Amino acid sequence: MVRVALIGAGKMGISHLAILGAHPDVKVVGVADTSKIVTDVLEKYASFECFSDYKKMLDKTNPEAVFVAAPTKFHGTIVKELLEKGIHVFVEKPFCLNVNEGAELVQLARLKGAVNQVGYHNKFIGTFEEAKKIISSGALGDIQHFVGEAYGPVVVRKKQETWRSKPEEGGGCLLDYASHVIDLVNYLVAPIDKVHGALLKSIYSGNVEDAVYALVETNNKLSGVLSVNWSDETYRKMSTTVTVIGDKGKIIVDATEMKIYFKEDKCPQPYTKGWNVKHINDFAEEVAFYLRGEEYSAQVDYFIKAIEGKVPNNKNTFETAWQTDSVIDKIKNNKK
Amino acid sequence: MERILFGDNQFFGVNHVSDEKSRAQMMKFKEDKTILRTIDIAREEGVNTFMCTTHDRIGNICDLIRQEPDKYKGFNIYPCMPYAHKYANAVTELGIVGTLKQYVPGNFFGSLFKGGIAFVSKDYMAMMELLIDAEMKMFKGINTPVIFIQNVLTDLIMGLGMKDVLKEYHEYIIKKHNAEPAYITMNMPMLLDMLESVGIKNPIICSSINIDGFRMSGGKELYEHTLKTREVRGVAMQVLSGGATPVKQALEYVCGLPKIESILFGASSKGNIHETVSLIKQFDAQKQPV
Repeated sequence: MVRVALIGAGKMGISHLAILGAHPDVKVVGVADTSKIVTDVLEKYASFECFSDYKKMLDKTNPEAVFVAAPTKFHGTIVKELLEKGIHVFVEKPFCLNVNEGAELVQLARLKGAVNQVGYHNKFIGTFEEAKKIISSGALGDIQHFVGEAYGPVVVRKKQETWRSKPEEGGGCLLDYASHVIDLVNYLVAPIDKVHGALLKSIYSGNVEDAVYALVETNNKLSGVLSVNWSDETYRKMSTTVTVIGDKGKIIVDATEMKIYFKEDKCPQPYTKGWNVKHINDFAEEVAFYLRGEEYSAQVDYFIKAIEGKVPNNKNTFETAWQTDSVIDKIKNNKK
Repeated sequence: MERILFGDNQFFGVNHVSDEKSRAQMMKFKEDKTILRTIDIAREEGVNTFMCTTHDRIGNICDLIRQEPDKYKGFNIYPCMPYAHKYANAVTELGIVGTLKQYVPGNFFGSLFKGGIAFVSKDYMAMMELLIDAEMKMFKGINTPVIFIQNVLTDLIMGLGMKDVLKEYHEYIIKKHNAEPAYITMNMPMLLDMLESVGIKNPIICSSINIDGFRMSGGKELYEHTLKTREVRGVAMQVLSGGATPVKQALEYVCGLPKIESILFGASSKGNIHETVSLIKQFDAQKQPV
């Protein structure tokens, strides 16, 4: 049994908590949140030991691993404290608001030998994993260009302020939505290292951007476009798509569907020349407990297995999440 | 429960295997009347129960149904609550407390907060009851003999180990709404364990059940074993597992399973509705002892 605690029981925190609660190899030893109503309900009905102060929780419960789902601005401080105590850390995305702070945590995790993972769950979705295999195999030939997109209905009218509407606390479409797209492109194509131009547009929010449009380049000189808008109510929920065009074919992939076009007969099995369409049910791997998509259970399970030494700690590490933070930083610095 | 239940995912762009198809469906079913016309097609095929989320637009459908009481005599709706995206989007925007303030009716919540009154267990349950009543309002005057909790909520409650909440829900639906409480889940065997542990016997549980084992957490064999050996009133959903297997083969599998009282399916076209209903009837007829 791995002794796990949670810091931050908001939307993502509660979701992690339910998955952890149902995991056969996990004992949840404590939950920390500053909201009295949340801890009150959890204590009363779920019998988790709850704390308003996470430091007290750490002292009292002595966890081996902690899930951090507090607002992004607290990630740096909390994660540092955990690593210094030698605790394995799973932290929600985006990783850190400050790239120097993130770099320090990457080093510290390495120094302490702590298992580290960040909640970029798309990498645990079957369609994206298949796309990764195909792109890495070189089956698309020389890549010419890519497009990374995400649209959804988060802010569709002027509304009341929360931490998501404050840039200094990690709010905004760039940190919340575009981070997923950047992270996926870094994984599927190659790490982005140049931003040639970026537009951050406010549509309904007063203080943060609701859309991000950027022209970018990867470290192997591939060009791409990012187009992200969280104020598009024609989408029922967040939808993330990556398109990659090469001289031997093209791939369009989202969380439910993968469409691949091959120019020639010579292409990987079981695909054939022309269009091929595959769906998530062709790839989804069964999970022991399903809450809201296989990927949420799979990423938690992977982290626990990495602690148990059953899998390598190589998916969504602090290092790759820090690379994503660096691109976010470059977009901010290039904004028009 | 009726053998065949007509579902609503296709009307609201819920498609688990294609985002693109889901957007096309949202365009097709822009008008409430188009939805009702499709429900009528299912009724003509003898499917008299519509199982649907408490989506805002279902309120409009209910209005249309109430306008023609003779036409819809004997028609049933099985509500599935809540429409989770409504609350999930609200939590993203307003936080958990803000969401409760917005959706718990009256000033119940406001007054609790004002005096800093300590929360006692009764208050949370009263809050849940108010939310259920608010979701049920749109169905006034329509038969709702079975009321489901959506899988995301059932499974969240289960993962958090909040068994008593399930028990309270169960008792409240019987007592206040004079209906059978039911559950949608992606973890059927695990849920059955939990419901039995709080004394709920032979519950109605709707879950993914299909020949491909898609979204059958814990595995297809465990599901089959559970159906064979335990007391449960099963409702099979995602029976076509998103189109991975030919329809005929997929339905033959589900029709052959024990304890599956109902089969839930959704379709947009007359042809598909007719095909599904006929095949289920055909496989059921083959099962009957001669």
